[in-house]
Amino acid sequence: MACLLMAGNLMANSEKTYRIGLTAVILTDQTSFLKEWQDYLSSSLRRPVRFIQRQTYEEVTDLLLGGDLDAAWICGYPYVRNREQLELLAVPLFNGEPLYRSYLIVPATDTGSREIADLKGKVFAYSDPNSNSGFLYPQVSMIREGIEPNHFFSKTFFTWTHRDVVKAVADGVAQGGAVDGYVWETLSRHEPALTAGTRLVSKSPLFGFPPLVVRRDISREDFYALRNALLKMESVTEGRRLLQRLNLDGFTEGEDSLYDGVAESVRILEGAQ
Amino acid sequence: MKMGDISYRIKVPLMFTLVILITASVVTLALTWRAYEELREEVFNNAVEIGSVLSNSLPNAMLHDDLWGAYRLVQAAEGWPGETSSRLLVVLDKDGRIYVSNRPKELAVTTRLRAHGAELARVEAEVLRLTGDLGPRPYEYPNDQRLYVILPMLSDGVAMGTLVIGYDRALFWPRFIAIVERVVVSALLVTVLLLPFGWYLGNRMVKPLGHLANCMSKVGRGSNEEITCDLRQGKDEIGRLGTSFQQMLGELDEKERLESGMLASERLAAVGRLAAGVAHEINNPLGGMLNALNTFRRYSETDTLGRETFDLIERGLQQIRETVSALLVEANPRSHSLSPKDVNDVRMLLLADVSRKQIRLDWRNCLEGDVALPSTPIRQVLINLSLNAVQASPEGGAVHCLVENRENRLCLRVVNEGPDISREQKLSLFEPFSESATGNGLGLWVTYQLVHQLEGIIEVRSRGGRTQFVVELPIKEA
Repeated sequence: MACLLMAGNLMANSEKTYRIGLTAVILTDQTSFLKEWQDYLSSSLRRPVRFIQRQTYEEVTDLLLGGDLDAAWICGYPYVRNREQLELLAVPLFNGEPLYRSYLIVPATDTGSREIADLKGKVFAYSDPNSNSGFLYPQVSMIREGIEPNHFFSKTFFTWTHRDVVKAVADGVAQGGAVDGYVWETLSRHEPALTAGTRLVSKSPLFGFPPLVVRRDISREDFYALRNALLKMESVTEGRRLLQRLNLDGFTEGEDSLYDGVAESVRILEGAQ
Repeated sequence: MKMGDISYRIKVPLMFTLVILITASVVTLALTWRAYEELREEVFNNAVEIGSVLSNSLPNAMLHDDLWGAYRLVQAAEGWPGETSSRLLVVLDKDGRIYVSNRPKELAVTTRLRAHGAELARVEAEVLRLTGDLGPRPYEYPNDQRLYVILPMLSDGVAMGTLVIGYDRALFWPRFIAIVERVVVSALLVTVLLLPFGWYLGNRMVKPLGHLANCMSKVGRGSNEEITCDLRQGKDEIGRLGTSFQQMLGELDEKERLESGMLASERLAAVGRLAAGVAHEINNPLGGMLNALNTFRRYSETDTLGRETFDLIERGLQQIRETVSALLVEANPRSHSLSPKDVNDVRMLLLADVSRKQIRLDWRNCLEGDVALPSTPIRQVLINLSLNAVQASPEGGAVHCLVENRENRLCLRVVNEGPDISREQKLSLFEPFSESATGNGLGLWVTYQLVHQLEGIIEVRSRGGRTQFVVELPIKEA
């Protein structure tokens, strides 16, 4: 019942408001920043914009696929899995490239571990089962080394955000974790005390940065309006300020091939199961 | 220094302090115990509260194996940062392994409590022992760092695991210190207030005792009459002591007086017998010698030298006779009864000496008629005593004489302001030829003998520049 009501609300506003889903690919706990960005996009689009957050990637992806969102900033992994229905809207530029990595981190007190294989029998923190950097990549990298991921650690758990992976490792709840490299780098600027509790063990190869996507059936008008609003940000002072808060350089149109690496990982993981 | 050597002036305040200290200690102990009980109760209530707050979400998180969710819950239940050091939360799974704790660095996930020291091993054993028990249980062990409360985590009545909450016993210290501080300050305050009071009380208690001790030390070293001990007299212990001491002094005085009086009268009686015996032995040949000398002088012719010689011998013998008869005092009962005039005659006799020394004579003759006592010995006694008084009195001093008839007793009292008669002098005061006597040394001897023969008593008191002779004679009605 509650779900129906909520969905009804979203439908009722659909003509006027752009609904953009956000996931933990960015630091979604900065409420005041998100409010500013929302206001910026509203004025840029001359239409109200509303950010919608859910705890898991899956929920946001489902909302988008179900038509309850106009766009969503999701991970490459759910994008690759739903490529038939989704279309790239824009890809963020991090350090000038639409790319990022997955980081393997351990508590700062652990000075010995050199790779994931050193963490056998330990407690490991993933961010989200639909995260490339926080789940897919570490799983695949273990499979590639001939490790059976489900029995390798004594215990694994999901923290649902990348930030909490860092916190779980820093607090010592987990003795290892996989985290979005962009989030870790951004955190190291915003909350250096938190990342100082962790030690970066290894970095993954480059992957396509978690993209903003839309359903393929969205009107072209809305598609371009949204894309332009995002791409324009780096050329506007306020936009640049907001991008700086995001620790991003801007947005680009992006190419589907950016996510070939993720697609390859998906194949490996599915093959192993 | 022994306890017995310390003055009560110090001991009483010390006792006060000791009592305060003991009281303070007992109060501290009682308060501490109460505070500890309160803390235990508070801890248990707090744990039960936390347990009830987490009773939905935590079993749910465990049911879905949401470790991170469980961690966030125990972290949230840990309290604010200032309190973190005091509260430990450990979630154990069904097998007793650590599912999560709020100190993951020390109590790592999936390890067992027993791997983290004896204290936590005991807690684990307790948890395993209580498996199946669905209520919250406190657990404490002497000298453990923490107090524990064990709360089973239930999902629909089924135990999903156990929440163990440990409270640092150090929590107790600030309370304990606060109690001790409060009690110490109060005790100090009371001590400061009561110490002068204790000092005052000690002094008050000790003063009469000290005074008494001083007085006691004087007893036996001199005349008891000289001891003035104005102890407070009352019904409390010290008052009774004072009364008893005064009584004792009086009794001692009386005893001494009696003893010395007895001694003196015995001596005087002995001396009297000796004197009488010697006098009789002398008087008989003396009378013969004088008669012979008289006869010889009457019936023989002698030259001048012989006469002079005989005169000389006679004078010597006469002097011996006088002296001996003076020793042989005898009250002549044949004289007439004493009348007021006799007393006034004595006064007349004194006047010459009195005016010469410019002495104030206070003569009180209270006799109103004749008294049935022989006048001659009494006149003699009065003359002797009053002349002595005038002699002893300093120039310009006063001499009091009182003669009165009181309840069948004739009372003579002669007082002078001359120097005191010492104890030693008193002992031989009435003896003939005593060293201290002035004149021929027979005045007081005669007086004593006369009083004695009239069956009276004579007493002397000499103290503080006032010497008093009292003679009391019984009046025998014919």
